[in-house]
Amino acid sequence: MIIGERKKVSEIAEMLAGKKKILVSGCRTCVAICMAGGEKEVSELSSALMLISDRDGLGWKMEENVVERQCEKEWVREIDDKIRNADAIVSLACGLGAQTVADMYPEKEVYPGLNTTFLGVPEEQGVWSEKCLACGECIIHTTGGICPVSRCAKSMRNGPCGGSSNGKCEVDPDTDCAWVAIYDRLKLQGRLDMMTDVIEPKDWSKSHSGGRRKIVRKDLLIQPTDSSGKEVVE
Amino acid sequence: MSEQSNLEKILSSGKFAVTAEIGPPRGADPTEMIELARKIKGSADAFNLTDNQTAIVRLSSIGSAVLLMKEGIEPVIQMTCRDRNRIALQSDLLGASAIGVKNVLCLTGDHHTFGNEKSAKGVFDLDSISLLNTFKNMRDTKKQLSGEELDSAPNIYLGAAENPFATPYEYRAIRMAKKVKAGAQFIQTQAIFDLDWFERWMAEVRKMDLHEKVHILGGVIPVKSAGALRYMKNKVPGMIVPDALIGRMNRAEDKKEEGIQICIEMIERLKQIEGVHGVHIMAVMWEQIVPRLVTDSKLMPRTSV
Repeated sequence: MIIGERKKVSEIAEMLAGKKKILVSGCRTCVAICMAGGEKEVSELSSALMLISDRDGLGWKMEENVVERQCEKEWVREIDDKIRNADAIVSLACGLGAQTVADMYPEKEVYPGLNTTFLGVPEEQGVWSEKCLACGECIIHTTGGICPVSRCAKSMRNGPCGGSSNGKCEVDPDTDCAWVAIYDRLKLQGRLDMMTDVIEPKDWSKSHSGGRRKIVRKDLLIQPTDSSGKEVVE
Repeated sequence: MSEQSNLEKILSSGKFAVTAEIGPPRGADPTEMIELARKIKGSADAFNLTDNQTAIVRLSSIGSAVLLMKEGIEPVIQMTCRDRNRIALQSDLLGASAIGVKNVLCLTGDHHTFGNEKSAKGVFDLDSISLLNTFKNMRDTKKQLSGEELDSAPNIYLGAAENPFATPYEYRAIRMAKKVKAGAQFIQTQAIFDLDWFERWMAEVRKMDLHEKVHILGGVIPVKSAGALRYMKNKVPGMIVPDALIGRMNRAEDKKEEGIQICIEMIERLKQIEGVHGVHIMAVMWEQIVPRLVTDSKLMPRTSV
């Protein structure tokens, strides 16, 4: 899922200088599950901003709400009146939710209340870790089901670098070396021979390096006129 | 075919080679580096010029090579994948070859979070092994990575590093085999402090006949204090430093002299190991000690082949 981390309240408050009617809008999907932008966090942020407003006499009028999926227009439309009513929207969704609102209401100012940090998984209560870079070409079947592109600090394709120390990454001694994990996994599976071939460089053109990516599934399009993939802004 | 490098000639003639490292300055004035080069020139067959080592911004490796070749030094330019993508790496190889650089050491590179530009975007388009393979193909098939033909091929002797002290330990010889497959003709190892460990690794290397396919130069670092050894043991990832060595340094009256003696003993022992074809001296911030180390290890004079 998409993992996010709320910005500091003081940083958010600073962005809102001069605004009056502020809508804090969360999302019930990924950021709710990683406890950064769901119902509870929306309410906490609203209260914290209200306290700042009262303390500093800013006169903010706070409004809050949580959208089912802020990255989908259908769900955002449900809070149309609230958005139109606000002069600043603090999105506690990921960058996708925040931009969906911003693109749907180009006259409105949207402020990011959280930083979209990575694609990851919950490891245990309160711990999330990155496991995918959305590089556009998955190769984990060659690496024991472990992604070296995201889990190795250098995205190595040919085994661990010389900084792998006691199974940990040179960048952070609390982070497991992805390639030690891959080695152990392939050893367990009796497939260590997979680590003896010289692996060709990755084709980064399938990642963001190839430019902004877009998928158009013609079989799913409702309006065939959209088949060029041209963006339709409502 | 263009002339081989001095280093290649020495290694392929079966002679014991000596390489040493020079760290370029953190500024545009090369005077001190050139003065140092004049002093230590002749004490090694070729000198590695580091590529923004530990991600500290320094005078470039290729720029340093131009300056030091004028002083009669044969450079081994180090190239990392950290700061350049495949376009820049291939371009710089062509540039280096054009100005007469004949040895390149292909590295992935220390992560930039160690350096003094921590907000940098790490490139890592290639890794050390795919870099080796790319350069090998440029030289041998006159083709760049995409498969397009070059107008002319670079003339280059390809080296790589290997660290027997990094995890997974049992993979390290296999990884070196991959580097050889990818194009490495010589290997400079991580600094050796635990010689028993290194010898066990060399036994694995010999079992795989790798010592007959690539020239291995054992890495050494002369140190001036027990603190430096402790630092490397505890703070530098992928280093193994035995406590006994730290104890020996602790007990020594003249720490610098002890550091020199330890390094000389290491070189002497490396000379005895089957399959070790040279030493690589990384006298970080202490390069002027290189002639003494080489002389006292009875490796002088160094002569061009």
